[in-house]
Amino acid sequence: MANKTLVPGRGVNGRDRAERRLAVRMTAPSLVIMALVAAVPIGYAIWLSLNQYSVRTAGLSRFVGLENYISALSSSQWWAAFGQTFLFAGLSVSLELVLGTAMALLLNLAFKGRALLRTVVLLPYAIITVVSAITWQTMFQPNMGLVTNVLSALGLPGGDVVWLGEHGYAMAVIVLADVWKTTPFAALIILAGLQVISSETYEAAELDGASKWQAFVHITLPLLRPAIVLAAIFRTMDALRVFDLPFVLTRGANGTESMSMLAYTQLRENRLVGEGSALSILTFLTVMVVSVIYVRFAGGNIREVAKEEQ
Amino acid sequence: MSTLTAERPTAEPATRPRAPKRRLRGEAKLHPLVWVFVVAVMGFSLIPFYWLVNTSLKTGASLSQGELYPSQPTFENYLVVFQNPEFLLALRNSVIIAVVTTTVALVFASFAAYALARLKMRRKALILTLILSVTTFPAIAIAAPLFSIWREIGLYDTLLGLIIPKLTFALPLAIYTLTSFFKEIPRELEESAYMDGATPFTAFRKVILPLAVPGLATTAILVFISVWNEFLLAVTLTTSPEARPVPVAIAFFSGTSEFDQPLGTISAASVIITVPLVILVLLCQKRIVSGMTAGAVKG
Repeated sequence: MANKTLVPGRGVNGRDRAERRLAVRMTAPSLVIMALVAAVPIGYAIWLSLNQYSVRTAGLSRFVGLENYISALSSSQWWAAFGQTFLFAGLSVSLELVLGTAMALLLNLAFKGRALLRTVVLLPYAIITVVSAITWQTMFQPNMGLVTNVLSALGLPGGDVVWLGEHGYAMAVIVLADVWKTTPFAALIILAGLQVISSETYEAAELDGASKWQAFVHITLPLLRPAIVLAAIFRTMDALRVFDLPFVLTRGANGTESMSMLAYTQLRENRLVGEGSALSILTFLTVMVVSVIYVRFAGGNIREVAKEEQ
Repeated sequence: MSTLTAERPTAEPATRPRAPKRRLRGEAKLHPLVWVFVVAVMGFSLIPFYWLVNTSLKTGASLSQGELYPSQPTFENYLVVFQNPEFLLALRNSVIIAVVTTTVALVFASFAAYALARLKMRRKALILTLILSVTTFPAIAIAAPLFSIWREIGLYDTLLGLIIPKLTFALPLAIYTLTSFFKEIPRELEESAYMDGATPFTAFRKVILPLAVPGLATTAILVFISVWNEFLLAVTLTTSPEARPVPVAIAFFSGTSEFDQPLGTISAASVIITVPLVILVLLCQKRIVSGMTAGAVKG
């Protein structure tokens, strides 16, 4: 192809320099916006979290050091929210990965109706989370919800339960609403991973006398690992930040408050800016630690994807 | 499970020369149990939509009895919603926020993504990692300080005050998606532009950008949906109907009326804002799928 030195008036080095200069100018606006609206506020949040700062007292602030963190970390509320968020993330992400893998295998089969199936499973992605929460809420309404009515009509247990009024049931509805909306995302990532496995691999395994199940366990799953890990990372990060679902479904009642919700409540409803900031920094650190652990121990492939950008 | 490893799919017949033959061999007979699973998945995906529409068409007794279908369907709830000034304001706010954020994000992200995909650049991996790490920030970590900063500089409870932080989350999503689209464009095209004496920026503007239009459209859809859906920043940084977007308006629709929860009206409002997005997904299904998986998994 084109010999670079043929570019009129410029050597290879000249163009290299021009490219590097352009690259800096082209990335600068995005980086500046993100730095101003992500890094600066987080720095400010750290400062706020070290102060006692109340909107009620017109923003009067007093430096208190780590007091907000100590009171947050020694409160049962924080640990309850911490535990509930991880419980929610663990349940919803594992269900989404199992169901998503099954859906991906299904979508990878050639059968009549596959296009329709793909469209249908994608539809929940179009609904906003708040609306999905409202929909699941109405389905589990006592006496007037679809699920409660069908359960009692069939004489099954659960028809007379106030689903959102009890911890375990409320958590189940929250998990279900999340699984419903976001499994398509996991399924599509895993499907993309499935489609790059070459059919020769299976043909070779078949020649060696492997059963379909053996092929699935020894070929499909290991080769799908990068895709599954990637889906797990995306979904876990999202699940640990969960806010809309418990906010709409229970307003955090019955022990369903998430870390983000607790920080929000302290900040907006109780007007405790310092403590709210400390809680949001703790949420931030929790999510960061989990993502670092993921990338380090499970996601060598993620670093490769990043490195591949030369 | 016996059919799970059936013949490879006919995903893109156009790119596969032997497509017709493969299709014949590939169209597997599904095990009856697999069909049960197909039907279950479809039911699970669709039933909530059915229930939402069903609820929106009922009022009074038929609503509180929880009939499985509306015996006397009525559009009363829809009339109520369209006469509600707060809902109309919220709709306007959401449209402005989503359109402005998507447009601005696309412009800046296409620059950054092109540089990251194609240009020689120092510390590229580090920059990409930084950009990606912004997507993992919990919104509450930004919302808390912005709540204080915006109140001091007068951006609290304004549309601009919502657009700016939403842009921060839209940018990395757009950059990530666009980078993988730019990478798919053959390098030869730029090389020949250079041959004609084009500068790198001209090559980007005149050659690459027009070719990237499908990728830009895909990215625009993904960003639009995610901005439209975003809730935490919206609820933290607004307080009046003049600045509240749709998700917050709907959430408070249900929250404030504890005694007479207007489930029918809420459902009608929900249907109204869901229909356009469902149409978008139906029309742009392929694009959305390619955007969601772009760059995520490579062979």
